[in-house]
Amino acid sequence: MPSLLFWTFAALMLVFGAAVVLNRNPVASALSLVLSFLGLAALFMSLDAYFIGIIQVLVYAGAVMVLFLFIIMLLDLRAEERRKMNYVAVAGGSAVALALFVQICMVVGQLRRADDRPPTLAPAAADDVRQVGLLLFGNYNLPFQIIAVLVLVATIGVIVLSKRELR
Amino acid sequence: MATLGQYLIVSGLLFTIGFAGVMLRRNIIIIFMSLELMLNAANLSLVAFSRFRVGADGLPNYNAQVFVFFIITVAAAEVAVGLAIIVALYRARQTTHVEDISTLKF
Repeated sequence: MPSLLFWTFAALMLVFGAAVVLNRNPVASALSLVLSFLGLAALFMSLDAYFIGIIQVLVYAGAVMVLFLFIIMLLDLRAEERRKMNYVAVAGGSAVALALFVQICMVVGQLRRADDRPPTLAPAAADDVRQVGLLLFGNYNLPFQIIAVLVLVATIGVIVLSKRELR
Repeated sequence: MATLGQYLIVSGLLFTIGFAGVMLRRNIIIIFMSLELMLNAANLSLVAFSRFRVGADGLPNYNAQVFVFFIITVAAAEVAVGLAIIVALYRARQTTHVEDISTLKF
């Protein structure tokens, strides 16, 4: 019954993704985002991408969301009071989002291989950390080093940004 | 097992939800979370393409998974810098509501 699992986790991801947008309280939004990411990690597992699924849980549902919750609580954000809604802007934004989704559906509908079932994998595919690691440290060594520099720059940037006064 | 089209539709729906959040919400932190949703929707379609493109040796195309790894790394760095900017903004203006921050508005 893998298809049942697919729809369960896809629904979990989408319902809590919608809850992120619809919730008025930022803390509730952040906690919905955690559940949405957990559903997404389960979908990665269903695609036999175990490494990416674990990374998703560790980095997103763990580190990134703790950072979000920390900032929300640091700024002491309450549920926003109701402001006068600009109904034209809301209708316009929804229409653009809907148009985007219709476009995506049309593109997927024209895809020749949209009805493909996943092909069977060799037993070596269960060892996907090894395969990803070989590529990462072999073919993609230079981008890997560049990304290390990027993370260093981000660290320094955050320290500079959070000094008491910016000059 | 689900088909490639089903994975892509689910990914497109998640992207649309994130996009609607960026368009409709006025709280800058919620806008930032919606951006994360959009990044993850792109990751889901990349991993789906990787799984459905199996080579002659019976292995999925791991290039896409390495790409997703890079996207996750960059997104984590982006979250750290973005939240630092939001804190600096809050310190200067005491608000996270985008309509209260209109100095650069034309």
